Amino acid sequence: MQIPELAAWFIFLLPLGSFLVIIFIIRPFFNQHSKAAGYVTILAIAAALVLSAWALQSTLGHDDPIGWEPHSWLNLGDLPLRLGILMDPLTSIMVVVVSGVSLMVQIYSLGYMRGDSGYDRYFAYMSLFTASMLGLVMASNIVQLYVFWELVGLCSYLLIGFWYHRPAAAAAAKKAFIVTRLGDFGFLLAILYLFFNAGTFTSQTPPLNPLEISDIYQAAKLGILGSGVVTWLAIGIFAGAVGKSGQFPLHTWLPDAMEGPTPVSALIHAATMVAAGVFLVARFFPLFVESPTAMNTVALIGGFTAVFAASMGLVMNDIKRVLAYSTISQLGYMMLALGIGAYGAAIFHLFTHAFFKALLFMGAGSVNHASGTFDMRYMGGLRKHMPWTYATFLIAGLSLAGIFPMAGFWSKDEILLEALNKGGVVSSIVFWLALIGVFMTAFYIFRALFMTFESEFRGGAEAESKGHGEAHPVHLRESPAVMVLPMVILGAASLGGGFLANPTTALGIIPIHWISNHLSAETVEFHAPAFNIGLAILSSLVAVAGIGLAYLMYHARRVSAENMARRFRPAYTLLSKKYYFDEAYEDFLTTRIFYRMISGILDWWDRAVVDGLVDGVGWFGRNTGRALALLQTGQVQSYGAGISIGILIILGVYFIWG
Amino acid sequence: MNLENILILSGIIFCIGLYGALSKRSMITILMSIELMFNAVNIAAVAFSRYVVPARLAANAASTDEKVLQFLMTGQIFAIFIITVAAAEVALGLAIVIAVYRNRETVDVSQVNLMKH
Repeated sequence: MQIPELAAWFIFLLPLGSFLVIIFIIRPFFNQHSKAAGYVTILAIAAALVLSAWALQSTLGHDDPIGWEPHSWLNLGDLPLRLGILMDPLTSIMVVVVSGVSLMVQIYSLGYMRGDSGYDRYFAYMSLFTASMLGLVMASNIVQLYVFWELVGLCSYLLIGFWYHRPAAAAAAKKAFIVTRLGDFGFLLAILYLFFNAGTFTSQTPPLNPLEISDIYQAAKLGILGSGVVTWLAIGIFAGAVGKSGQFPLHTWLPDAMEGPTPVSALIHAATMVAAGVFLVARFFPLFVESPTAMNTVALIGGFTAVFAASMGLVMNDIKRVLAYSTISQLGYMMLALGIGAYGAAIFHLFTHAFFKALLFMGAGSVNHASGTFDMRYMGGLRKHMPWTYATFLIAGLSLAGIFPMAGFWSKDEILLEALNKGGVVSSIVFWLALIGVFMTAFYIFRALFMTFESEFRGGAEAESKGHGEAHPVHLRESPAVMVLPMVILGAASLGGGFLANPTTALGIIPIHWISNHLSAETVEFHAPAFNIGLAILSSLVAVAGIGLAYLMYHARRVSAENMARRFRPAYTLLSKKYYFDEAYEDFLTTRIFYRMISGILDWWDRAVVDGLVDGVGWFGRNTGRALALLQTGQVQSYGAGISIGILIILGVYFIWG
Repeated sequence: MNLENILILSGIIFCIGLYGALSKRSMITILMSIELMFNAVNIAAVAFSRYVVPARLAANAASTDEKVLQFLMTGQIFAIFIITVAAAEVALGLAIVIAVYRNRETVDVSQVNLMKH
């Protein structure tokens, strides 16, 4: 049975309703720390997940989106702006991923956020975040999409700065908002460009609406847009995606976003926010396909980011930062896949990555719960105390590294395979970049795993804050069931999720290349490549080599990490300073260019000219008044003298010239 | 004796009075100066009454019409009015001076400037 449109709207309205209920009913009228907020959120998102699954089931076997007419919202001149749901295969997969991962994160948050003074506020924001992301993936209109796009940015701001009393959190929230804003500006320009060139669309028969996503597909297919136009539109849209997905050079906000609560990171890194960037490129993929320049840009930036971010992940000591760079790197994989036209592989990787990356963050949160720190140098030996966390983290780590039969293996392999098959210079470059990335990924995630879970415990927060006031309590035991349960579910998804693609054979009810075939719609036609056993072995060997090196350095200690760091000191410093990007942005771009030059000039203009003008007017009035006040002595005699002299003058004038 | 000389006298007295009224600090002196100015005006009024209307009558004896005759005594009556009013003014003025002196222990006008502050 096909899902009715109203039910599809409820996928988005339920989490939004949960946000409203928490903000307007639970927060003011009930005990703020009551569990109600969490339960309301979980119920709403669970219901949304059920509806999402229904939506997915409804789109199965259809190439076209479900044909719901959009609803009229506004008329901009003679251009109608309409709201609607575009339920195509891409959206149907995204809603399931978003609501599924979000549900897991909310359940986990019940345990992680217990006792926090902002418990209800947290769940309100999380509901709004989920609602915005669901609204974003379902939007049928580019303006509608942009509204949700900004809402996602707002929610990430609110959640990264959730502990706003900590200056670092407040700064990170601001940074996330401002840096993504830079990219959003490109996206906005693309929308404005569409709007101001509406004539190209409306002059068609039948007339197309430039703001309607399906009509943009149509226009791209008909080729009515010039190649330059398409390129610029695609680059503008990609700029938005670069900001949201933390691609080079706007990647600096994502590691800092670690200041938010860990479940927030899990949600941001897996299903919302950063996935929005990849989704955006996927959404406008028919447009990108028309412009080889745009495609190559996407591929090269994605490929470069994949290696660039992974290299920084190699040396980070904060477990969440390792994961953050890992996310940037994995998003780079998705972008490069999109750039070489491997649409299905990119979405498949988004799908599997959502599970294992959410799981990794949950693991990091769980570890933090026990040890009180995020610094891996003070962890170690947690495997004995936290078997469930260890097991799920291991599954997620293997999946991230791309080891058979984890989900990540299938999706990463498909990307590599597409890059290899595509041919051409760009594809070859990104193939090798991706392969280097596989090695680094395997190394850094197992470095994190060994440092966290193996050998002896190194004191946790107590050791970290030695001599720095009071520490978080360290109590080494497994996290509560409410946190472990979602980790186990996601672990199962990371383990078995890859088989949804079924690259080799059909498995029972799941047909071969299921996701790819589902995604291949009328607008985006492609075919999943046949499984290549040689490449699979090669990439696995590379990954195993990475794991092996991590084992030697951080577990077996055959190779001293300290010696390595000393021998390659310049490289090590460069990496641990994150290529000096923060310094370049903050010291050079912000301080030198913005503060000193641009702001300096504006400051001078404001002080000298604007203030000078205003002050001058005031000065003139005040001093004129002062001068005139001198005349007003209050002495009648002086007035009388003035009058008399005046009369004399008048009389004199009269007698002389009169 | 003619009109001009008397008017010059009147003007001189008026100017002396005006100077005194504008330049003196003491309220008493100012009142006296004002009195001088009144009297200068009185002299002028009486002088006009004495010279101007009779001169016109002399020049044109036939024109004993009502209008000219009406103005025959105007100047002198005006002078008597001014003297009366001046007397009243002095009485009032001195009363004010006494009142100010009782409050402020001064009759210096430049010190009587409470309204300014």
